[in-house]
Amino acid sequence: MNRAARSLSELAFDVEAIRAEFPGLHQEVHGHPLVYLDNAATAQKPRAVIAAVERFYLRDTSNIHRGVHTLAERATATYEGARAAVARFLGAPSADEVVFTRGTTESINLVARSFVRPHLAPGDEVLVTWMEHHANIVPWQIVCGEAGATLRAVPIDERGVLDLAALDEALDRGRDRNGNRVKLVALGHVSNALGTVNPVREVVERAHARGVPVLLDGAQAVPHMPVDVAALGCDFYAFSSHKVFGPSGIGILWGRGELLAGMPPMLGGGDMIRSVSFEGTTYADPPKRFEAGTPNIEGAAGLAAALGFLAGLDREAVMAHEEALVAHAVEELAEIPGVTLVGTAPDRAAIVSFTVAGIHPHDVGTILDGRGVAIRAGHHCAQPLMRRFGLPATARASFALYNTHAEVEALAAAVRHARKVFGV
Amino acid sequence: MSDLRDLYQEVILDHNKSPRNFRELPAADRHAHGDNPLCGDLVTIYVGLDQETLREVTFQGSGCAISQASASMMTDAVRGKTVVEARALARQFRTLLTEDGGPEAGLDDPAALGKLAVFTGVKDYPMRVKCATLAWHTLAAALEGKQDPVSTET
Repeated sequence: MNRAARSLSELAFDVEAIRAEFPGLHQEVHGHPLVYLDNAATAQKPRAVIAAVERFYLRDTSNIHRGVHTLAERATATYEGARAAVARFLGAPSADEVVFTRGTTESINLVARSFVRPHLAPGDEVLVTWMEHHANIVPWQIVCGEAGATLRAVPIDERGVLDLAALDEALDRGRDRNGNRVKLVALGHVSNALGTVNPVREVVERAHARGVPVLLDGAQAVPHMPVDVAALGCDFYAFSSHKVFGPSGIGILWGRGELLAGMPPMLGGGDMIRSVSFEGTTYADPPKRFEAGTPNIEGAAGLAAALGFLAGLDREAVMAHEEALVAHAVEELAEIPGVTLVGTAPDRAAIVSFTVAGIHPHDVGTILDGRGVAIRAGHHCAQPLMRRFGLPATARASFALYNTHAEVEALAAAVRHARKVFGV
Repeated sequence: MSDLRDLYQEVILDHNKSPRNFRELPAADRHAHGDNPLCGDLVTIYVGLDQETLREVTFQGSGCAISQASASMMTDAVRGKTVVEARALARQFRTLLTEDGGPEAGLDDPAALGKLAVFTGVKDYPMRVKCATLAWHTLAAALEGKQDPVSTET
């Protein structure tokens, strides 16, 4: 892509106006302007989110659901309003299908513990893919271990593209006269280490055709593309607030109403009950059944503000801008001798993983930080994937809607500098 | 953070590029594996003993420049020392990287560190201290004859 096309992508989408909304971006690190390219780890927060959290603390601090006083009513309205905002954001038919959790990890654990585990028998299987984050591996491993079931991973090719034929085969192998031994397919919507956008709609179709439900880990998708759970057809969708410009410590599990209704609670406590006696307890209906204890109310306020901020943008323009950033980064990095891109799927979002010959990714990360460029170096909580590519680690630049083409150039310049420091 | 050149000193980059004593020692009297699960640094230390003296020390491993250079320089530094002297040096090295109050704080004998003083700059990078100390922890485990792999996270 040439310079003219790049400036066009920034004109169509007023990136400077967006940046002005993110106070955290405007600082120097080691004497250089911050170039924040670790968005897949967590995103910076817009003023609207900071203000929403502050407003709750300044004015509305109170507990939810039980109080009859004015502040408690405001807190309840804030919290339940956020649930409705999430439902609209995801295209969910009802706010009752939206469960607040601590994050994607807890959302997946909830499905593992309360949906999969009760039905899991020896010989059953859970299917994931080779490119999953540990959060979408370990919870399944735990419940499979308990039940004598097997966790299987569907392979990917050299580019980091899912092998759909292998998925079909695994689903067909699971068929038996009682239905399917595969109890769930769980996969990332977008890979956190490679940026691959998985063909999730096709995966859902293939799994449903064999009677197998599907959970999508949307942590890396939601910040970058509109998500409509009805259109995707999946059964569960999980994401975290902090990666989508909201506060940390709160996340979402969306689940089909009829599936949530059949699930036992994972945690017991206040707010998840209908009535309690020492002889027994009747649980509340979803989503409250899964929200024991006082939740992250200010987090919900911040998340609603973050989703509102996103809804106010032209998301097609955001996607085009991010696509241009990734294309530019791939082009710049590929020109640097010794740089190898890891993950070259044709359909990818916002993430560029790479290695530099002769420099360990951690050293790349430290040297880039010295130039104000924040990236992630490591295994990205995806060790099986790293083994698949025969790498201990990669350097990962991950983009958000507020990044610029000048920052892509700063990244490339810092990588060149790293090569100079190491004399490679 | 101090200047990056304080971290990536020439001698560190050189040992990273051309590690010394980088080989397995089939006749090792002692050996131990170490790993840093947070960043994936791996090191195996082999020790050939002549009674109480470290006759030969070699290593194999993979990881960042700090971890590999530290292992390489350690093998040079402890060769010919007694087990007691090597342990004392390991203690000094850890002190160099972890104690506050300047490079010489808490050291009985700063000069004893010799070339290892190039790792002083690592102290300013808390995330990287474990990279530098991994080889030394692993050496200590080898000298104690520990069977379990050493991890920076236990």
